[in-house]
Amino acid sequence: MTEFLAMGGYAWYVWGSYGVTFACLALEVVFLMKRSRETKT
Amino acid sequence: MTAGSTRWFWYASPQTFYPLAGSIARWCGIAAALLAAAGLWVGFFVAPTDAQQGEAYRIIFIHVPAAWMSMFIYLVMAFWAALGLAFNTRLSGMMASALAPTGALFTFIALWTGSLWGKPTWGTYWVWDARLTSELILLFLYFGFMALQAAIDDPRRADRAGAVLAIVGVVNIPIIYFSVKWWNTLHQGASVSLKSAPSMAASMFTGMILMALAFWMYSVAAALVRVRCIIRERG
Repeated sequence: MTEFLAMGGYAWYVWGSYGVTFACLALEVVFLMKRSRETKT
Repeated sequence: MTAGSTRWFWYASPQTFYPLAGSIARWCGIAAALLAAAGLWVGFFVAPTDAQQGEAYRIIFIHVPAAWMSMFIYLVMAFWAALGLAFNTRLSGMMASALAPTGALFTFIALWTGSLWGKPTWGTYWVWDARLTSELILLFLYFGFMALQAAIDDPRRADRAGAVLAIVGVVNIPIIYFSVKWWNTLHQGASVSLKSAPSMAASMFTGMILMALAFWMYSVAAALVRVRCIIRERG
């Protein structure tokens, strides 16, 4: 598991990419759900 | 007017498109989650370590699909914008507005992941290479489109002004795509093309295609949820 997380020494680059991508998509979904709720009333 | 074109114009009305968009968005959202799970599994557990780049190459599974989507969404956005200008259909402008934020998001992701991939492979986070610079211009085109639309109060006029900007900006897409051929700078050429077999292991290619499909389904879902918001907001 630690070996997997270490990504052969490239942890910052690999997880930095995947983490920011996931955060961006998750934020868009949250904003869209919020906008949906606000416009539905 | 033929029966076929009548049906297309039937869905050009926001009110008739509204429920259809809802069900397509739901199914695309589910498909995106399943495809992303499969793509990540293949990308991290099936695809082998790269001989030259080690594990750093695994950024490819989001970088390349995000870059594809950033260009593809722009083309679809410009297509809807042009349709709106030509036929003056209300839904077209709404679709263009709904696509822009998701397109900008994927452009940012392509730049961010590219930067984090550039550091271990090229030794720098950023360089004014033709591919990187034209992709950055694409991000500014999305921002410009959104800012212009937000600055105009009347939605129909905002749609028309945005449409002109979107159509003019299309010239940037072939520049991004062919930049690695036209200018011999740092960014590598395409590993995947329509004409030849991909120059990578089959499992790497599979992971990349699965992630591309996941991003594609996600984009459709996000844009359609947003267009439903816009339809409700404009009434």
